[in-house]
Amino acid sequence: MTDQIAKDHPLSPDAREQLRIVAGIMIPASEEFGVPGADDEHIFGDMLRTLVPIAAMVSAALAAIGPLEPLDQAARCAACERFQASAPTMAAVLVALVAQCYYRDARVMRALGMEPRPPFPKGFEVEQGDWSLLDRVRARPKLYRDAP
Amino acid sequence: MQDTVDVLIIGAGASGAAVAWSLAETRMRIVCLEQGEWPNPARYPSTGMDWEARAMTEFGFNPNRRANSADYPINEDNSPIKIANYNGVGGGTVLYAGHFPRFHPSDFRVRSLDGVADDWPIDYATLAPYYGENDRMMGISGLAGDPAYPPKMPMMPPVPLGKAGTKLAKAFNALGWHWWPSDSAVATTDYDGRAKCINLGHCLHGCAQGAKASTDVTYWPHAIRAGVELRTRCRVREIATDGQGRASGVVYYDRDGKECFQAAEVVILACNGIGTPRILLNSTSARFPNGLANTSGLVGKNLMFHPYAAINGIFEEPLDGHRGPSNCIWSQEFYETDPKRDFVRGYTFEISRGRGPLVTALTGMSTGRIPWGEDHHRAFRRMFDRITSMVAICEDLPEMHNTVTLDPVLKDAHGIPAPKLDYTLSENSRRMLNHGIERGTEVMKAAGAYDVITQAPIEFGGWHLMGTARMGTDPDRSVVNEWGRSHDVKNLFIVDGSLFVTSAGVNPTSTIQALALYVADNIKKRLANLFD
Ligand SMILES: Cc1cc2nc3c(=O)[nH]c(=O)nc-3n(C[C@H](O)[C@H](O)[C@H](O)COP(=O)(O)OP(=O)(O)OC[C@H]3O[C@@H](n4cnc5c(N)ncnc54)[C@H](O)[C@@H]3O)c2cc1C
Repeated sequence: MTDQIAKDHPLSPDAREQLRIVAGIMIPASEEFGVPGADDEHIFGDMLRTLVPIAAMVSAALAAIGPLEPLDQAARCAACERFQASAPTMAAVLVALVAQCYYRDARVMRALGMEPRPPFPKGFEVEQGDWSLLDRVRARPKLYRDAP
Repeated sequence: MQDTVDVLIIGAGASGAAVAWSLAETRMRIVCLEQGEWPNPARYPSTGMDWEARAMTEFGFNPNRRANSADYPINEDNSPIKIANYNGVGGGTVLYAGHFPRFHPSDFRVRSLDGVADDWPIDYATLAPYYGENDRMMGISGLAGDPAYPPKMPMMPPVPLGKAGTKLAKAFNALGWHWWPSDSAVATTDYDGRAKCINLGHCLHGCAQGAKASTDVTYWPHAIRAGVELRTRCRVREIATDGQGRASGVVYYDRDGKECFQAAEVVILACNGIGTPRILLNSTSARFPNGLANTSGLVGKNLMFHPYAAINGIFEEPLDGHRGPSNCIWSQEFYETDPKRDFVRGYTFEISRGRGPLVTALTGMSTGRIPWGEDHHRAFRRMFDRITSMVAICEDLPEMHNTVTLDPVLKDAHGIPAPKLDYTLSENSRRMLNHGIERGTEVMKAAGAYDVITQAPIEFGGWHLMGTARMGTDPDRSVVNEWGRSHDVKNLFIVDGSLFVTSAGVNPTSTIQALALYVADNIKKRLANLFD
């Protein structure tokens, strides 16, 4: 994030740090699956840009978790669990923000076997399938009622 | 004040486009006023990396959440089902899935056959040629021979079965239940200037390829070439009347917010089951104190949605994910009334394929199937590309207490009173939804799903808006006559979903458009004595 964006950003520096911690707890990096965590710099930068129109809701949700910075990892996770249980609507705001930025990251998409591109203009292949499956249905008598 | 036009159409959606095109051959001066803009396919979500996110915001279904400048607010607090629409050229067809079933013959004779609601003043045979003409104009894919329907001719080959469709087709066969490839408003070959479907998986948020038949790419280009004038960003406030109680034109706000009057010989309403009663109820005068065309008191009454049940199966092996059109196959095994069931009438199952990574994550995280933390990735991979969905579209019977009225407080950006909904789910609908969930779960299990997520009714599933200005022969029991003309105001017509007497258990747009063509044909045939 450039200094200018950092200066004008609607989330305070503390709230931004809190968001990064939450994102990393929600979707941590995984060596096993070869993916970064949601607190990765690139993904987090996307998050900061994306949240601007909903900054007030994000701030409120982050505040409801309580300060995480001073806590150790286990206590942070426990605070997040309490937050999910006690404020599901606020949790949904953070989930939507973190998940949307995470699952459009090119590295994550590749790890899922996807090409990192939008659907248009290339589109996708879908197999035609076997229409002979319909033979049994074709053999049925009519299902609709005649109407006077 | 502008020159008097022969025909003024309000609303450029599914029905407005069809009626405009059909009337154009008369060479009358026809103007259509539409509150929204032309959609820009280059801006549809599937063109960017943020495709899944933008599908939920700018191109979301619900106008209150979307709140684009063309949208008007709707008070839906007193309805368990919230509105889904699109305001702009093409109307709801810009976002619709493009399922394109017709009604069954029995749907026009509900009282005679099942003793509930009312019969329509017209029958299947009357509409059949208009269904056919509409299929040709919209460009429909499908397969002839469906035993659930009288014979009809699809235009293009069906959309692909894919892995998900194949699994479910086998399950329907194992249970001995009906299924058939859906009639789809999706071009599977190049058609009338439209490129064929390339499986973007984004029918519901605007088709960037132009393969889906939204009326901005089907009827409208033809209607405009034939001389119809379409004015966008023009929001109609009310229909004005003259000393004889005839419609004299409409008052509207243009794109600069300026109040204008457009005089017209004939006014046609095509604003859907919410927008049309709203305009009629806003059009009060000393002669029509309860709103225009409302001597029967039925304007805004009998609002029908189709309550939807969603049944999502999760499988061990990869399916089609987000790839492929939203349409696939349908089943009408439980469509016609069966006295052995605890409800009357019936429903259609429609299989709608899968979902992308973001929606998979949100589905999993909101239902406790995908946790925060280390296990996130493993749980996500158990669901990604492995979900396929189906819905049960339940027939909603008309009830007087389900209404669209004017909200006493809420107004749109032009200060026009907004609609207010009061709607309750009937006991019959609840039973039908439960049946749909149980039978739908059975199909998913038969197909091999290891987990099934269900929801009924779908809260943001009020996409079919019907019944609020019904047609009929009796002026005390209907708003318009059997060919769409207001009983009270002889130069006022309605062509949208408000006309429906009953809702059937299928998506309505093919019937809405067939009706619009049928009303247009009646206008053309009666031009010499239209107002008698
Ligand atoms: C997400 C979604 C999925 C759907 N899926 C399907 C499906 O698979 N199959 C199916 O059959 N149907 C489907 N539908 C429903 C389908 O879109 C509607 O049935 C159809 O568009 C209704 O046609 P209409 O002409 O009655 O109204 P609309 O198409 O809604 O058109 C009404 C038009 O009037 C305009 N208007 C309203 N008020 C004013 C005013 N005061 N001044 C000027 N203009 C005004 C609006 O802006 C709008 O463009 C779906 C809808 C949605 C939203």
